[in-house]
Amino acid sequence: MGRNAMPPFALGRVCVTLTPLMKVHEFQAKEILEKVGIPVQRGLVTDTITNVESVIQSAYSQFNTTQVVIKAQIHAGGRGKGGGVKFCPTFEDAVAKARQILGMTLVTPQTGEAGQLVRTIMVAEAVDIAKELYVAVTLDRANGQHVVIASTEGGVDIEEVAAHTPDKIIKVWFGADGLLPFQARQLAFQLGFEGDLFKQAVSLLTRLVTCYLDTDASIAEINPLVVTEQGKLLALDAKFNFDDNALYRHPDIVALRDTHEEDPTEVEASSFHLNYVKLEGNVGCMVNGAGLAMATMDIIKLSGGQPANFLDVGGGANVDTVKNGFRIILSDPNVKAVLINIFGGIVRCDRVANGIIQAVQELGLSVPVVVRLAGTNAELARDLLAQSGVSIIPADSLQDAAQKVVQAAQLEG
Amino acid sequence: MSILVNRESRIIVQGITGSEGSFHAGQCLEYGQNVVGGVTPGKGGLRTLEDRVPVFNTCVDARREVGANVSLIFVPPAFAADAIMEAADAGIELIVCITEGIPVADMVKVAAYLRTRSSRLIGPNCPGLLTPGEAKVGIMPGFIAKKGHVGVISKSGTLTYEAVHQLVGVGLGQSTCVGIGGDPIIGTRMSELLALFEADPDTSAVVMIGEIGGAMEIEAAHYVATHMTKPVIGFIAGQTAPPGRRMGHAGAIVSGADESATAKMAVMKQCGIHVVASPAGIGMAVKEALVVNSR
Repeated sequence: MGRNAMPPFALGRVCVTLTPLMKVHEFQAKEILEKVGIPVQRGLVTDTITNVESVIQSAYSQFNTTQVVIKAQIHAGGRGKGGGVKFCPTFEDAVAKARQILGMTLVTPQTGEAGQLVRTIMVAEAVDIAKELYVAVTLDRANGQHVVIASTEGGVDIEEVAAHTPDKIIKVWFGADGLLPFQARQLAFQLGFEGDLFKQAVSLLTRLVTCYLDTDASIAEINPLVVTEQGKLLALDAKFNFDDNALYRHPDIVALRDTHEEDPTEVEASSFHLNYVKLEGNVGCMVNGAGLAMATMDIIKLSGGQPANFLDVGGGANVDTVKNGFRIILSDPNVKAVLINIFGGIVRCDRVANGIIQAVQELGLSVPVVVRLAGTNAELARDLLAQSGVSIIPADSLQDAAQKVVQAAQLEG
Repeated sequence: MSILVNRESRIIVQGITGSEGSFHAGQCLEYGQNVVGGVTPGKGGLRTLEDRVPVFNTCVDARREVGANVSLIFVPPAFAADAIMEAADAGIELIVCITEGIPVADMVKVAAYLRTRSSRLIGPNCPGLLTPGEAKVGIMPGFIAKKGHVGVISKSGTLTYEAVHQLVGVGLGQSTCVGIGGDPIIGTRMSELLALFEADPDTSAVVMIGEIGGAMEIEAAHYVATHMTKPVIGFIAGQTAPPGRRMGHAGAIVSGADESATAKMAVMKQCGIHVVASPAGIGMAVKEALVVNSR
């Protein structure tokens, strides 16, 4: 570890993960920042349309302003582009915009076409912006260290900055002890701060890193970080994602979870310890192990079908997980056929077979099911399935299974 | 020959008295007869696995008493990082951590600690290693593998079994199979294992199975182009993974590479790797590559 040089810097256009990261809303992210003494754009939130006027009035008096910004609170980014962030110079305007945004289905470049229902809005103070910057803290998986990424080009798509002017991206690596004082000073100088703003920047950067470490965040991002006309540094927008593996030591963060922002079927699946991601196709699949599950989706596609989901039943596949998995897959009306692909290592195929038999008997079989079992106790499992009389389509290999399930889906479709 | 583990390996299991640890320690002992001890703090002096294996309080004790040089870790996620560092401090040469779910920040500490020690870490969140017929250090089902000359490196567990199954299906055995783990921070990267397989006289080809995300396969591909004489056969899982599932911008910026399956496969091809599009084609592709290479 650490023996490898950093790869050359280039743009990361696509970055996909099947591990959902715990996310929070902007107002929650700002609360986290405020707790560690980082100045933020202030705001009040509401989820009730009848409260809109009184909340705007409270914002006026608390923030000593008559100009506010109405900001939709959804997890997806690109809210401004989708019309979810509006500057409102008058009270009437603010009320109208708040009523319009609260309850709207916001479509942004990150929500997908279906969009996301806005259940909460923030009434934020308008800020006179002199300068916009970017700062984020995250993990650099290539060298196993944390990294601060900063740029004088804030408020815009940082990926664009990285693509066109990579020299404007500053990176500072650090370990478990956090950012050293000289690193914070160097970074603040590199961002062009001087005088009182320099002191504010050093303090902010140090606190942001501490906060990132203390909350086990996977990303702590302030974009834009603004310098106001009054010479103050503050976070205009903030985003936090958290490491799911570390949530056990942060009950306060777990309490911030908003399951409305997640797919309901995925939420249900996670309650059964199943890793499920819904997709657009018509071939459902149930697999043990994330890599094999992705490979199974790939071969369905290569065989002319479209996967309806990703479902990893994990290392503890038993009667209950198989039954719940079946139910979740079949709750998607697009599914015309199901492929079960299990390679038994620790998982015993005979237990999976019993799960399939029970599931079929209890839930009924509305679509054809192709079953491929290999590895530990596979022969025994095949015998169990054959003797049970349930009408499944057995398959010998990955290739055979994919062809059979795609064919079955086409006949059903 | 093989890499990293063989019948001479002296394996201890950290967490040997837990349910997972005890089950898999038993399986490894049965496979290679070379599990020489276990570590559970507070249970030193006991014997376990039908009285065949002594338990020690610390890795230092295990190293001193039974000459352990490989440690297999089944400690729960909250304590696993500490277990890795304990093994490294005791001078155990190879540490294999199976534990899934270790917080990333804990692994940042481990990574920094290991830079000050000479131990090699495999994993975490991995199925471990298997040198067929000699040693099993992890949870791979031993019976699916066969002794031979193909090295296997994989990010995933069951997909490794699938690849091994296909290799055996076309009559090819394996020198060593290594599951490196799918976590953001892992101990040993693909390129390091490629170097070991290249140097192993008993390995004649390498299968490299990657996934979407991260830039390790790209780094490995460049290593293949510049250092490998043996054929490498590659597959990337996740060609159909949903593009809507994006990590944050900051994450993508750091990685410094296009992390999609398509992009990785293209670079791998350019670097001379035999890339297979279908996961069902891995075994056959190795067979073909070996035939071409022997001409």
